[in-house]
Amino acid sequence: MNALTTMMLLPILGSLLIAVIPSDQVLRIKQAALAVTLLVAVTGVLTWFNFDSADTAFQFVQSVEWIPSFGINYAVGVDGLSLVLILMSVLLTPIVVLAGWNESEGGRWSAKVFYILILVLETMMIGVFAATDVFLFYVIFEAMLIPVYFLIGGYGSGDRAAAAVKFLLYSLFGGLLMLASIIGLYVISGANGGHTFDIAKLSEMHNYMSSTTQNLLFLGFFIAFAIKAPLWPLHTWLPDAASSGTPGTSVLLLGVLDKVGTFGMIRFCLTLFPDASRTFTPVIITLAVISIIYGAFLAIGATDIKRLIAYTSISHFGFITMGIFAMTTQGHSGAMLYMFNHGFSTAALFIVAGWMASRRGSTKIADFGGLQRITPVMAWSFFIAGMSSLALPGLSSFVSEFLVLVGTFTRYPVAAVIATFGIVLAALYILIPVQKALHGPTTPGNENLPDLNIREKIAIAPVMAVIIALGFYPAPLLNVINPTSAHILEVQGFTDPLPSDSAGK
Amino acid sequence: MEFIAPSLNYAQLAPMLIVLAGALIGVLIEAFAPRASRFSSQLFITLFALVASLAALFQVRNQSSVDAAMGSVAFDGAGVLFQASILIIAVLAVFLIADQENFTALAASVPGSDEEREAVQADLRVTEVFPLTLFAVAGMLLFPVASDLITLFVALEMLSLPLYLMAGLSRRRRLMSQEAALKYFLLGAFASAFFLLGIAYLFGYSGSITLAGIQESVVGGAGNDVFLLLGVAFISVGLLFKVGAVPFHAWSPDVYQGAPTAITGFMAAATKVAAFGAILRIFYVSFANAEWQWRPAMVIIAIITMVFGSVVAITQRDVKRMMAYSSIAHAGFLLAGVIALSKSGLEASIFYLFAYGVATVGAFGIVTLVRDSAGEVGDLNRWSGLGKRSPLLASAFAFFLLAFAGIPLTSGFIGKFSIFSAAYESGSTSILIAGVLSSAIAAFFYIRVIVLMFFKDSVEDGTSVIIPSALTTITITVSSVLTLILGIYPAPLIDFIATTATFIR
Repeated sequence: MNALTTMMLLPILGSLLIAVIPSDQVLRIKQAALAVTLLVAVTGVLTWFNFDSADTAFQFVQSVEWIPSFGINYAVGVDGLSLVLILMSVLLTPIVVLAGWNESEGGRWSAKVFYILILVLETMMIGVFAATDVFLFYVIFEAMLIPVYFLIGGYGSGDRAAAAVKFLLYSLFGGLLMLASIIGLYVISGANGGHTFDIAKLSEMHNYMSSTTQNLLFLGFFIAFAIKAPLWPLHTWLPDAASSGTPGTSVLLLGVLDKVGTFGMIRFCLTLFPDASRTFTPVIITLAVISIIYGAFLAIGATDIKRLIAYTSISHFGFITMGIFAMTTQGHSGAMLYMFNHGFSTAALFIVAGWMASRRGSTKIADFGGLQRITPVMAWSFFIAGMSSLALPGLSSFVSEFLVLVGTFTRYPVAAVIATFGIVLAALYILIPVQKALHGPTTPGNENLPDLNIREKIAIAPVMAVIIALGFYPAPLLNVINPTSAHILEVQGFTDPLPSDSAGK
Repeated sequence: MEFIAPSLNYAQLAPMLIVLAGALIGVLIEAFAPRASRFSSQLFITLFALVASLAALFQVRNQSSVDAAMGSVAFDGAGVLFQASILIIAVLAVFLIADQENFTALAASVPGSDEEREAVQADLRVTEVFPLTLFAVAGMLLFPVASDLITLFVALEMLSLPLYLMAGLSRRRRLMSQEAALKYFLLGAFASAFFLLGIAYLFGYSGSITLAGIQESVVGGAGNDVFLLLGVAFISVGLLFKVGAVPFHAWSPDVYQGAPTAITGFMAAATKVAAFGAILRIFYVSFANAEWQWRPAMVIIAIITMVFGSVVAITQRDVKRMMAYSSIAHAGFLLAGVIALSKSGLEASIFYLFAYGVATVGAFGIVTLVRDSAGEVGDLNRWSGLGKRSPLLASAFAFFLLAFAGIPLTSGFIGKFSIFSAAYESGSTSILIAGVLSSAIAAFFYIRVIVLMFFKDSVEDGTSVIIPSALTTITITVSSVLTLILGIYPAPLIDFIATTATFIR
């Protein structure tokens, strides 16, 4: 059976298994969820090893007719980009389950519903990256909003219902714009060789469009992805959603779901509408730079630790978007690697912040102090995650941020230079909370906080390992990413700028 | 003068004749059967007639002829599909009507009178609602297959008159129910007058009352175009009134709210299929070649209807009024199928009508179950916390709302996708954009209800969900399963519609 389909089926079967476990056996349910997600992770790693990184075509392809009269297929397949993101998703899910072992309690509904939602979401996370049929992608893209909506609204904290609705309405609005564009593509494909949603065939349709049509269809896709990613000024839903969700939900939301936005920019915006992508590049690069700086300033001013992490993500997504639309192989490779690394560094930050918050009963940075002495392991975990977030050399994010900046500089030096200030600001927004919460005198209320227990240590260890290992040796990922990024750019005729004569002098 | 016996194709007319026979037997039962046995025998006769009619329709599903009844009835694939949809929806609705708690004890008694009190104490039943339903169904079956304007008018009155009566049968808030019935009757009579005027003009234009004859005149272009224009306009007023398109929608919120909920569900679903069936036939068969005369106006009406329905629905506080405005918005979406004026537009409309009708009956079935001591609770604020009290029903209602909103994996999404792509394919970009934007607005109020049910705490005011009767359970279950299946695997139905749906001239 197809590896991708198997990976998508496993969590669904797991959710059925959980559905038959009686609701009061909470421990059983958690164990089952952990076992299933671990199994999926193992399948994901095996798929990774079976992937031929030299081959730039889609691999593990499967295509079954779904709605033949509309030319819709259930078609899946992965290239380097989607493989990396699927690997990230399946690795993060068991970590989320283990790290947030108790976060399903105290929700509106039972733990059972929580883990069913998580598992259904995992299926969709794999599917959304694996889909090579635009209609299938759209169906999953929209359908995955529903589990997240209930995860935030049912198990979150604070004004969770409002945050969930804001998230859903923003995303639905973007999704409907994308639907209009998809209908446009569908109709154009019908007039030029028969109705299809196959991404490979659709990527030739730009030859049959007027530039106005192409620009409009591009915008339909891009706005949807810019809301997802999120890019300034469409980001306002993210801080609310991320701070209201449980830490685990926020990890999946920021770490995986938002990547669908940047993934979509590469897979759909660039591939389907190359000319329009070129036309809009200056605008998008500008928005990306604004996101980098604006997100950083918001993060510096944040008093709530979960909101702070959300704001840093806005800045990081600015980097990713900038790397994508620089249209250079280095920028692209950097952006793809950044997506993976951001997933892990944000996961680490959110998981540790979640533990801090549940121990202290507060998410205010001002309520913490001197954690380094009381809870050294937790404090060090937060410190390393923070350092990864500010792209300290030797940690994973450094490589990707550096590649993005170098890749952007060759084409848009001004943007790259301004974006570099984002790194300086990153040092501020990470070091300020580190100083306030971890160092200094122990403030009242923090004296008796317990350090990480064994389960929490096991949960955070792999994340730390990935962050450090990829910082020193990113080659395994880059070997898969580089051919893909070169291929994606080459197919639609994007070329790297030639080194000018002055280079190196 | 020699008398020519009419030649009728009884096999093709059988579906209608069986329903009419059932209705007549129902009248006889009302007249002669003892009161105690009426309910069960009426229910049996009604269901038997509907199922037998469906079976008779199945026998002749592949036939087509213009001469089913001396040129007055066109029997073709599209007609079969409309009739089958109406019959299936009617069966589901009769299951709801069978729950007589919704209906007044004695329709003829003055509200608040001693007579009414005695009737309630004697536990009388309005079993006459069953033959009325069958008469309405017979009219609805005739409406989309009528191929001359006189038959069309007869069918229109045949389906409308019973509905006027049925709208006034509510058990509670009887004055409101009777007001609704009167409003519906007066405005309906007004619309019928317009319709007749349209017939007169079209007869004046073409010298013919058959759809085929009018089409010949339109193609020949010999007649006076002013008459054609007036005829199309007036006939459209009559038809658009029935589907509740803006600006002919004023009756629908009041009638939806005032009528017994089971009747509202029947009316909302089945009338829409019948009326759109007739609209599609008239415009596709007779006026297709005069599209420059009616299409611009129809585009404007469609856009206004979508936007108005979606926007006004946001402010509604009563679930039935909200559904009324939602159905206005859906009428706008369905007009996109008329405007498309293509085979794919016809197919999409039929799929949309069936999917929408089934989901509507199911949703109203759930509305009948939310009650307090004074009857049904329409006030949406009192629906809050429903997800806690009866998670299954609340989930089903949420699922129907998601279908109305057109979220993927529900039938509503496939319908929306196919109807908008058909409209865009025939060049109506404005419809596509307006449709997508009003879908986004509509999503807002559907989601608000979901928030109320799941994320708000319940109010302790005696609102409760009664245990549904077996028949109501069947309706809700069948509707939700169909909505899900048509969302996940619609290919068989779409293919069947594609091979069957044609209009014979």
